[in-house]
Amino acid sequence: MNNSLLVVVLASGVLYGTPLLYAALGELLAERSGVLNLGVEGMMLVGAVMGFWTVQRVHGGSTVALLAAIGIAALAGAVISLIHAFLVITLRANQIVSGLALTIFAGAAGLSSYLGNDLDLAGSPARHQFQEILPKSLQDLPVVGPIVFGQSILVYASWLLVVLVALYLTRTRTGLNVRAVGESPAAADAMGINVAAYRYAHTLVGGALAGIGGAAFSLSITPQWVDGLTGGAGWIAIALVIFAFWRPTLCLFGAYFFGAFTALPFALQSHDITRFAGLYPMFPYVAAVVALVLVSSRAARLRFGAPGALGLPYVREER
Amino acid sequence: MRIERRLRQPWWLSVAVPVVSIAVAFLLTALVLLATGHPPLHSFRRLFDAAFVANGALSETVVSATPLVFTGLAAAVAFRMNLFNIGGEGQLYAGAITGATVGLLMAGAPSPLVVVGMIAAGAAGGAFLAAIPGILRAFFSTNEIITSLMLNYVVGVVLTYLIFDSHSYLRDTSGFEANVFPQGKTLPDEAAWSSWTINGLVLPLGFLLAVGVAVFVWALYTRTRFGFEVQVIGDSARAGRYAGMRTRRKILAVMCLSGGIAGVGGASQDGDFRHQLDPQGLQQANYGYGGIVIAALARYNPFAVLLVAFLLGGLQNAGFTLQGADFPAGLVGVMQGLILFCALGGELFVRYRVRFDRSPRTVKTAAPEPAP
Repeated sequence: MNNSLLVVVLASGVLYGTPLLYAALGELLAERSGVLNLGVEGMMLVGAVMGFWTVQRVHGGSTVALLAAIGIAALAGAVISLIHAFLVITLRANQIVSGLALTIFAGAAGLSSYLGNDLDLAGSPARHQFQEILPKSLQDLPVVGPIVFGQSILVYASWLLVVLVALYLTRTRTGLNVRAVGESPAAADAMGINVAAYRYAHTLVGGALAGIGGAAFSLSITPQWVDGLTGGAGWIAIALVIFAFWRPTLCLFGAYFFGAFTALPFALQSHDITRFAGLYPMFPYVAAVVALVLVSSRAARLRFGAPGALGLPYVREER
Repeated sequence: MRIERRLRQPWWLSVAVPVVSIAVAFLLTALVLLATGHPPLHSFRRLFDAAFVANGALSETVVSATPLVFTGLAAAVAFRMNLFNIGGEGQLYAGAITGATVGLLMAGAPSPLVVVGMIAAGAAGGAFLAAIPGILRAFFSTNEIITSLMLNYVVGVVLTYLIFDSHSYLRDTSGFEANVFPQGKTLPDEAAWSSWTINGLVLPLGFLLAVGVAVFVWALYTRTRFGFEVQVIGDSARAGRYAGMRTRRKILAVMCLSGGIAGVGGASQDGDFRHQLDPQGLQQANYGYGGIVIAALARYNPFAVLLVAFLLGGLQNAGFTLQGADFPAGLVGVMQGLILFCALGGELFVRYRVRFDRSPRTVKTAAPEPAP
């Protein structure tokens, strides 16, 4: 039963959805503060390459190495996002062009590939990788075993993160301030909130989470380094934020939805469905386009729209 | 320190800012190279040599610049209207697919006819692909950035499928070797685009076509009502709507124009350079993303696109030639990104003026009128 197509797809959907979830939660925080960062793909790739590098170089137990890798990946993602933050918050640059520049700079043909080459990472498997942590008896339970219990600590940490982000945005003073900054920076400024500081902080956290998402690729899904490892997951994460109407809990389901579409080609092939198999990898991208069309109906936008000041620079003198 | 908006933008700034941006970007690249233990001056000298000086380097740079002019113009045309078509990559692939198909189908016809057919097919292929995000944006207000980008991956999958995973019409299935190492069917001689040599500099038909497209875009955007309306909508969509401009139609037209230009770039890849549908070569080159950098650096001016594409084409050409120990792969993307960052930062100095004041200037104000 646990080998049936549906269970396999759902279980690996959770696996493939996890990097999307981290990256989307990060992007969600940045966008809620009014900063659109289209550089997610680039930040994920740099996180992936630096996380992988850490695992290969750190001596010590598996736990230490993986913890250090997650830390370094988060740091790397945050450093890359700092470029975007400086350009769009301090220098008031166009957020769309700056985000694209970030992906070109850090992406598959940029810094991540440069680092991968220069640190000589290609071609060897990861020395440590995230494993299933729960006992085998639980993992063998029908249906819920592989889907819920057969996952790594990264997955369970991401569930905790969803709860934390949701509580943060709805139940804490700073979280409410972030939403004010994203909806109406002028009003937030008048309340005495430091708009630039909030935007910097959330863009950096967004970058850190994207970096962790990237590391989930290189340390859990495909434990190795190749150029362009994430294969557009960063862009799907951006689509996911829109698809989830900027709500963290909906991100969780959306991530597994897209994750399942990413996993579907492999599952189909292992079940001997191979007609036009070469075309299956387009599933997640087509799903993203269809999902975006569905949520961009007028009614949906009026009810749960984007943050009011998303993508706009805030200049106190020009409000 | 205060930042205040300029009332007038001096003309020289629009030249000085890109030049200084590129200089600063080279400085930052030098830091990246130093930090990773490569001697920057040596790398730069070899870069410059391989791009512009060495024997035949200039012709190779034109080869790299040709698709970049197409994708740069494609991005510039759409970005000018605040329509962020970043699907240039996929639209170029689509044009390459349709162009190669027509080139193979028309084997035996007179060469000029085949070339015209390929150009038309490439434009149609690119325009068709770009019409999808265009329609979605115009009628469903779906974010065109994500949809056009997702289609890049979709067409990338199709491209690989046609040559590697199927026995399609475009794949070479003649011999034993072709089955082990899949590759595209070689186009007939009639489908090879001509080129002209001036003082040793080889100018392929695609490059001349790209120059022609640049002139066309310039004329369209500065000399016609269509171009005027596009610019108004780009600067303020609301103003355009109140003035009775048909925004939806413009979105669709501009997307198709943009995709068509990128598609001709794809057909030129088949006809000018590769003479077959070459999925790996096209996907490694990242022409579409390079085009975005070029359009932004050129500030959406078609003639500046030509110039910038030539410079970045040199960079890309040198990147291919030098790839190895002292010019690691990925450096080209790093440099492109840094140049773009610097240009974006420099934009601040075009729009704003930075004043350094020790103390707030005492502003002379007229004494208030005594109350009657």
